[in-house]
Amino acid sequence: MDTFVRLPVDRGGPAQPLLLASGLRKHFPIPGGLLGRATKVVHAVDDLTLSVAKGETLGVVGESGCGKSTVARLLVRLIRPDRGSVVLDGDPVDEPHGITVNELRRQVQMVFQDSYASLNPRLTIVETIAFAPKAHGLPAAEAKARARDLLAKVGLEPATFAERYPHELSGGQRQRVNIARALALRPRLVILDEAVSALDKSVEAQVLNMLIDLKDELALTYVFISHDLNVVQYLSDRVMVMYLGKIVEIGRVDAIYGDPQHPYTRALLSARPSMDPRRRTREAPIQGDPPNPIDPPSGCRFRTRCPFAEEVCARVEPPLADVGRQAVACHMRARGSGHSRASR
Amino acid sequence: MTPLLSVKDLQVTFVTPDRTIHAVNGVSFDVKRGETLGILGESGSGKSVTLRSILKLHPAHRTRWSGSIALEGDEVLTMEGRALANLRGRRVSMIFQEPATAFDPVFTIGQQITESVRRHTGKSEAEAMKRAKDLLEMVRIPSPAQRLAAYPHEMSGGMRQRAMIALALSCDPSLLLADEPTTALDATVQIQVLLLIRELQRELDLGVIFVTHDIGVAVEVSDRVGVMYAGKLVELAGVEQMADAPRHPYSRGLLASTVHDGMRGQRLEAIPGAPPDLGEVPAACSFAPRCKSVEPRCLAAPPPLKPVDDSHFVRCVVAA
Repeated sequence: MDTFVRLPVDRGGPAQPLLLASGLRKHFPIPGGLLGRATKVVHAVDDLTLSVAKGETLGVVGESGCGKSTVARLLVRLIRPDRGSVVLDGDPVDEPHGITVNELRRQVQMVFQDSYASLNPRLTIVETIAFAPKAHGLPAAEAKARARDLLAKVGLEPATFAERYPHELSGGQRQRVNIARALALRPRLVILDEAVSALDKSVEAQVLNMLIDLKDELALTYVFISHDLNVVQYLSDRVMVMYLGKIVEIGRVDAIYGDPQHPYTRALLSARPSMDPRRRTREAPIQGDPPNPIDPPSGCRFRTRCPFAEEVCARVEPPLADVGRQAVACHMRARGSGHSRASR
Repeated sequence: MTPLLSVKDLQVTFVTPDRTIHAVNGVSFDVKRGETLGILGESGSGKSVTLRSILKLHPAHRTRWSGSIALEGDEVLTMEGRALANLRGRRVSMIFQEPATAFDPVFTIGQQITESVRRHTGKSEAEAMKRAKDLLEMVRIPSPAQRLAAYPHEMSGGMRQRAMIALALSCDPSLLLADEPTTALDATVQIQVLLLIRELQRELDLGVIFVTHDIGVAVEVSDRVGVMYAGKLVELAGVEQMADAPRHPYSRGLLASTVHDGMRGQRLEAIPGAPPDLGEVPAACSFAPRCKSVEPRCLAAPPPLKPVDDSHFVRCVVAA
């Protein structure tokens, strides 16, 4: 019935992370000084280490400028890291004994927020989906057959939609096409960067249901990036909270949402609008906007908005350390850090 | 008592050489002073078109209006020239989703606020500057005197939105229209701006119409909530009634398909299909093709907005 059967390519076994990124750093220089020399640097991602286990969904949350989209682009090598490495199922990427960037992109695919900008307006839907398989050597007829199967899988009747152009589709339909295209190379990991954020709620629910079905059916692993904490909670097994290019807290979804340890995570969670008119928010959890990632604050980057900041927070950068069920980067949770609230 | 604003059977049609769009198809509601009406709807539901009609912001040569919009008894839809200019900003003002594009990038925040104050109230430059400083203070912008000299790009997103609220309130309007003013803001900033709007509304006894696609946001700010679908209000109720017991199948569907705390592991109840094309005036219930409870009588004629009780109205023959 369906020619789309994913071949098992697991090599390292279930215990080996599917993706391991170590010490990733990306700074963007801003030209503008004398003779076009960079005078300022955006600290988009700073020394970030993360692993994604096989079959899990890792949620990534944070506000604008926290580096969550830069992380996504670094993981698929749309941009080169200044420093750090990416290892896919034991194979280092772009290194002599590892795999090529091309091979990485076959196994790791991405879906973006803007469903229209992500599609070539001059290609029909079926051509768009068949493009990458053809580029990777699949004969044209087979590539088209695969594209039609994928359309059916994402809930778009191939007979109706295959020959249409992107402008003839609604936003929800276009995002389904983008997901189908991302699956066309039978990837193992799909990075969803705000993939449902532009959709209306009723359509978002349809796409979320579909993402869950596809994950089970095709044994996929997701990195799900979103500013919507409710959707991340709904979909993720683990959650990573970012602030100005750093991980501030990471752990199982129930630990992060049920027992957040970092003051920023707490603020983010309690900034969600209430769904109950009798329990409206009385007070904003923190004041001000997230600072500019150009010249981030010294020490703990959250200290300028943190109600508990002390002298040590400006001086020493808190390391990400295990606390109970999660890892958190906060002096208050680090024994002997010198913060008055930390245990000695 | 006459309401601050009374909209009756508003219809808005956009006509271009290629096609006609029936964006708003008979919307009626009142807003009292000191009250916030939330209008909730998805893209294309007509919520922003309704809001902008209150200021007649749509291009005159392509827009056909019918029905009535009365502000304190004065008909807006027939206003032109000076009367319309005096309405905009002086009696009714508006804040937008994107403060970065709503401000003129080449003038400072102070210049833009004083321009509006002088134009509408005839104050002197110095008086207007004083007023601008007070306004920035009122919207809780730190060090307001310095901020007056800032250009829009020098401010963060949250500060710009506060400055836009200050501009909107500069001539003491009685009605504030808010078109998704917090959608582009970060989560921790959104809640600050929502609380600010709520506080100012109370302090200044404003009427507010707050358009949003986010149920949580509507619940935070509204006294009453109207749900729009395909150019019509399908339900109008007090915020508690709407949150506890929505009647219209679309309102229920919207609530059920919005992910919130504690839904993990449950399958989402998505509304199938997509909103209708607005090329024609609907001859039946517009939601019928997507509705679980559809009956033959839903397809016979467009359903009327019927009272469930004295403060709750629903446009559905099955639910009413």
